[in-house]
Amino acid sequence: MSAKSIRVSCLARVEGEGGLHVKVRGGQVADVKLNIFEPPRYFEALLRGRDFSEAPDITARICGICPVAYQMSAVHAMERAFDIAVPPPIRALRRLLYCGEWIESHVLHIYLLHAPDYLGCQDALQVARTHPDVVRRALRLKKIGNQIVSLVGGREIHPINVRVGGFHRAPTPGELQTLVEPLQWAADAAAETVRFTASLPMPDLEVDYEFVTLRHPDEYPMNEGRIISNRGLHISVTEYESHFAEEHVPHSTALHSTVRKRGTYLVGPLARYALNFDRLAPRAQEEARRAGLGEVCRNPFQSIVVRAVETLHACEEALRLIREYEPPDAPAVEVHPCAGTGHAATEAPRGILYHRYRVDQRGSILSALIVPPTAQNQKQIEMDVREVVERNLGLPEPDLAWLCEQAVRCYDPCISCSTHFLRLHVDRQP
Amino acid sequence: MKRTRKPRLAVWKFASCDGCQLSLLDCEDELLDIAGAVEIAFFPEASRAMAPGPYDISLVEGSITTPHDAERVHHVRRVSRCLITIGACATAGGIQALRNFQDVRQMASIVYANPAYIESLSKSTPIADHVFVDFQLHGCPISKRQLLETLSALLNGRRPPATSHSVCVECKRQGVVCVMAGRGVPCLGPVTHAGCGALCPRYARGCFGCFGPKETPNTAALAARWADMGVPNDQIMRAFRGFCAYAEPFRRESEAHER
Repeated sequence: MSAKSIRVSCLARVEGEGGLHVKVRGGQVADVKLNIFEPPRYFEALLRGRDFSEAPDITARICGICPVAYQMSAVHAMERAFDIAVPPPIRALRRLLYCGEWIESHVLHIYLLHAPDYLGCQDALQVARTHPDVVRRALRLKKIGNQIVSLVGGREIHPINVRVGGFHRAPTPGELQTLVEPLQWAADAAAETVRFTASLPMPDLEVDYEFVTLRHPDEYPMNEGRIISNRGLHISVTEYESHFAEEHVPHSTALHSTVRKRGTYLVGPLARYALNFDRLAPRAQEEARRAGLGEVCRNPFQSIVVRAVETLHACEEALRLIREYEPPDAPAVEVHPCAGTGHAATEAPRGILYHRYRVDQRGSILSALIVPPTAQNQKQIEMDVREVVERNLGLPEPDLAWLCEQAVRCYDPCISCSTHFLRLHVDRQP
Repeated sequence: MKRTRKPRLAVWKFASCDGCQLSLLDCEDELLDIAGAVEIAFFPEASRAMAPGPYDISLVEGSITTPHDAERVHHVRRVSRCLITIGACATAGGIQALRNFQDVRQMASIVYANPAYIESLSKSTPIADHVFVDFQLHGCPISKRQLLETLSALLNGRRPPATSHSVCVECKRQGVVCVMAGRGVPCLGPVTHAGCGALCPRYARGCFGCFGPKETPNTAALAARWADMGVPNDQIMRAFRGFCAYAEPFRRESEAHER
């Protein structure tokens, strides 16, 4: 058989809606397309003319899975436009909020969306029949992530407490104390999760990625840092657009991001981990080593283990932040808008999320640019799928299709982040 | 008569952020019980097993923004016995309905280098503009508690509870001091549908209307009050033009402040 087409018309267990189209000709992969049916919502256009203070709430609606990431990139960008610095307690609260989102989002993906593949199940409810304790642990752990976001942010989806300059209301140390006991359990459960994910059968694949991540002088990156890569990139966030290009390729679903003059790159857990292992909490490092994970991991299928390590780190970091928390004098610093441009990149659970805003002297938004992590990874996803198909052409079609789906799910693609996704016109050549 | 099979549940998505359907997966304490009470037959975000219809209950997230979706929603209606819209996108058009006040082609050219590839309707519209809707859950996002309560009511053959009062009532019930009367913070609470539990006022913030207009809201009176407080006209316009901008009372009020 020389020609075959693998079509996964509706890609399940991803956030948002997408499909995959692989074209094989004469035993060679001729084409791979990740097909996005997500209708465009024009966020960058509808932000024009809105007030700077509305950016965190409006951009949160880009994604119900990682609204905190959008709020964080938005507030940091606006604060840079107005040259505002926030005091350490507000910075700590933001980091705590982000820890909550990392835990919730990673655990959702690890157990509910991704692990079923490794166990040959259609979904987590099937997993629950054979591994009820695993699913119960997952739900309890996920809930603790949500509890942090609810307490600091007001609610778990589209938090309401975040504003440019800080928060509307700062939690009291007593309120944060209520999270300590659940988080201690969560850290143990996250360590269990590292062991559980490391025990799953892993398909073989090594990809020579260009990892791109934030790097902070002494923390595992979340809210700030320089953008670095394993191929010599070392830039400030304001230089992002001169080093990365977004291409609108014909017959493609999305604006593909590339490193200028070099090509595809990878953002997200594998990239953060590979270039920031030394910044992980000691317990997270230790569990990673025990699980047999090297300090660099190039197998996309093992991203599920790396997410577990990051979940453990987020639990440990949240505990530290709560232990050291001293409430700020005021929940927010005063904000006086002025004309300017602000850039920010933060580490969403899925990788770097870049925002850039230009505002006028009244604080009205003149232009906005938002580059979500899945748009940056899209070209790399297609390349990984190509590799997986080439190595496994002998597999029966349904098995190969499932393996391809699994390869896509390794990226936890958040297709709802639709700022830059297009509807694909599928190329159906014979 | 004894039920011989579990009711079948489907979850559908149109233009949205996924947050409202995520609310179902966020029911960490109840998820396994829900799965015990219904057959989750079609829920692509959570399962690769996609069983064909008909379905007893369909939860529909998102608004209609493309010609393809305007067709697809009729299919969803045909295969659903009871269709419930979940969230501001499905019930009011969502934040993407801000396009309804502008030229969508111009918006496409701002975002995309080649807008000719984009297939998009000029307006983002709620599901009820296209097909009959049995029940609506408001909110951006919906309240998890309301979702559970609605599912439970349907499964037990009673009417889902429906409130018609405003966020103000929720503040009073919880003993939250009025942010507008007490601290002069502009608040949409008096005209906004209850359901969030007075979340923003509890966090010292004015309501920004994510549950959409309550029944018979007096938006003009509230806008006049805001103006007395010194809120500029363009800010009043933007306040009504938010996550439920295309819900009729909010649309009219924002247009009244356009110039």
